[in-house]
Amino acid sequence: MSHLLVLPVLVPLVTAVTMLLAWRSRRVQRVGSLLGAVALLGTTLWIAAAVWNDGVQHLQVGNWPSPFGITLVADVLAAAMLVIVGVTGACVLVYALGSIDAEREGNGFHALYHLLLMGVCGAFLAGDLFNLYVWFEVLLITSFVLLVLGNDRSQVKGAVSYVLLNLVASLTFLAGVALLYGIAGSLNLADLAVRLPEVDAPGLITTVSMLFLVAFGIKAAVFPLFFWLPAAYHTPPVAVTAIFAGLLTKVGVYALIRVFTLLFTQDVGYTHTILLGVAALTMITGVLGAVTQTDVRKILSFHIVSQIGYMVMGLALFTPLALLGAIFYILHHIIVKTNLFLVGGVAHRLAGDFELKNLGGLYRAKPWLAVLFLIPALSLAGLPPLSGFWAKLVILQAGLEAEAYFAVAAALGAGLLTLVSMTKIWNEAFWKPLPDDRSLSPGTPSLAAMVTPVVLLAAVTLSIGLYAEPLVVLAERSAAELLDTTSYVQAVLGEPPTPPTAEVR
Amino acid sequence: MIFSLVFRVAARLLVPVLLVFSVFMLLRGHNHPGGGFVGGLVAASAFVLYALAAGVHNAQTILRTDPRTLLGAGLAFAYGAGLLALATETAFLKGLWLDVHLPLLGDLHLGSTLLFDIGVMLVVVGTVLLMIFSVEDRLPGLVED
Repeated sequence: MSHLLVLPVLVPLVTAVTMLLAWRSRRVQRVGSLLGAVALLGTTLWIAAAVWNDGVQHLQVGNWPSPFGITLVADVLAAAMLVIVGVTGACVLVYALGSIDAEREGNGFHALYHLLLMGVCGAFLAGDLFNLYVWFEVLLITSFVLLVLGNDRSQVKGAVSYVLLNLVASLTFLAGVALLYGIAGSLNLADLAVRLPEVDAPGLITTVSMLFLVAFGIKAAVFPLFFWLPAAYHTPPVAVTAIFAGLLTKVGVYALIRVFTLLFTQDVGYTHTILLGVAALTMITGVLGAVTQTDVRKILSFHIVSQIGYMVMGLALFTPLALLGAIFYILHHIIVKTNLFLVGGVAHRLAGDFELKNLGGLYRAKPWLAVLFLIPALSLAGLPPLSGFWAKLVILQAGLEAEAYFAVAAALGAGLLTLVSMTKIWNEAFWKPLPDDRSLSPGTPSLAAMVTPVVLLAAVTLSIGLYAEPLVVLAERSAAELLDTTSYVQAVLGEPPTPPTAEVR
Repeated sequence: MIFSLVFRVAARLLVPVLLVFSVFMLLRGHNHPGGGFVGGLVAASAFVLYALAAGVHNAQTILRTDPRTLLGAGLAFAYGAGLLALATETAFLKGLWLDVHLPLLGDLHLGSTLLFDIGVMLVVVGTVLLMIFSVEDRLPGLVED
């Protein structure tokens, strides 16, 4: 039992409530919101330290014993994801303080932002499927309001497809949960991991696993279920898009990794082959979509889709090395993708547009911004010595070892096209001269608040690239934990699972 | 709002009854059907009824506070109930019970779950009224107050 685990949910909740009660004062909201984000970062680091030193942590809310009560569990993967939520949450909030308008702040931006973080943290900690569903709903509803906050016409249009498809995902998820409860009589993940292998209906379990694949696939924006993402992500303010791009789809990937390592490993040859096909197609369609776009935010949105493919590929190969790669990829990608959107926002503040043909001359005017763009952009494309290089290298190596040549070819092709579209942004926004009819606005005081998080995140990317060892060790330990589920099951259920033969007298 | 003398007089009589009924539903909810959610909906419907009869502005006046504050206070009550258990070194959200004897009311069995339920009720009232107050004027068939 570890009371610590309730903090990543409680801290954002307390912050959000304070924001709601102080909705009249903009100053209190801004200071409180920042304090809350920093406190969340602190608690996530605390939990990560506890998990690293003492193994899997769990908490039974209200002291109801598992598998009946609400269980919160943190293994290495969940703890690492929590820390990343803490880091990006704090960085994007600093950026938002410099860029979000007073009207949105007055309408509850800060409260919603912290409730969103609460939902993400809750989803990473959830130890049973129904609570995972509840946290997904918390995420969906807060992200929906954040998406339409400001009431712009394009925002509402994008939000409609976002909400409709995500509600379909929720329904599919709920149907899967109900069927699984009917089959196994439990929803606690650890309990299910013990019970499902004893169920004598492998076909049925595979069918249910496909329902989960569709549900989490929509949330993670994999092929062919990703259309809501490019339709919605370019409409809200950059701070909102950045936190969505960093965290939301990755919750879907996390859920896929969780259920396809802990629960649905009976028929790996079938389920994980489908995952591999989905991964390859996701990489290719995502990057092809990005190449055709000319709006910075739309290009980056399509790249989210294509990058999800690499993570799913790591899961699909299902070897220790591949899972290591998938985890490394998620952690590196959240930082890089968030940062790219933030850089795009700074460029927009200076040049007043997101459309490539109206941008230009940024290299001449602000050389430092060009460097700050190149670090995450080249990392996304996978050039050494940046973090993306190691992530791609591990995934490709795992792919070659597993002889999945089709997927490896797709990954290499997608990487090349990613470089092409990053070069396109570089040429158009930074290198070519500014169009004659446009001018750059001088940096305003709030620009410092927007640039600081960009610098911090770029520093994280650089340090992962130059010294990848600690993150690899972490991902390796996490991958080992995912493949050998006994430590997870024992932490939650207490006693070691009794083998069926023990009951025979 | 709706201009109708009959409706206005009826609303005036119904609002206090609905509010008392909402408290009844809240307290009944511990062992029987009812609880904070249903109680909150009944209480919110009382204010919505008043808003239809006397206008949103008057309903906001008798509510005395902003729905957003109710929402925040409700959430604070709910996690406060959880923190109470954490402070007494049991798990978060564990129900705590206290038996007290009061002169007029007799023996009382008080629990932190009631605090949680009151929180739920305030959240429901706050959410429903926040929505209704911001769209009421735009409903078809109604005139602005």
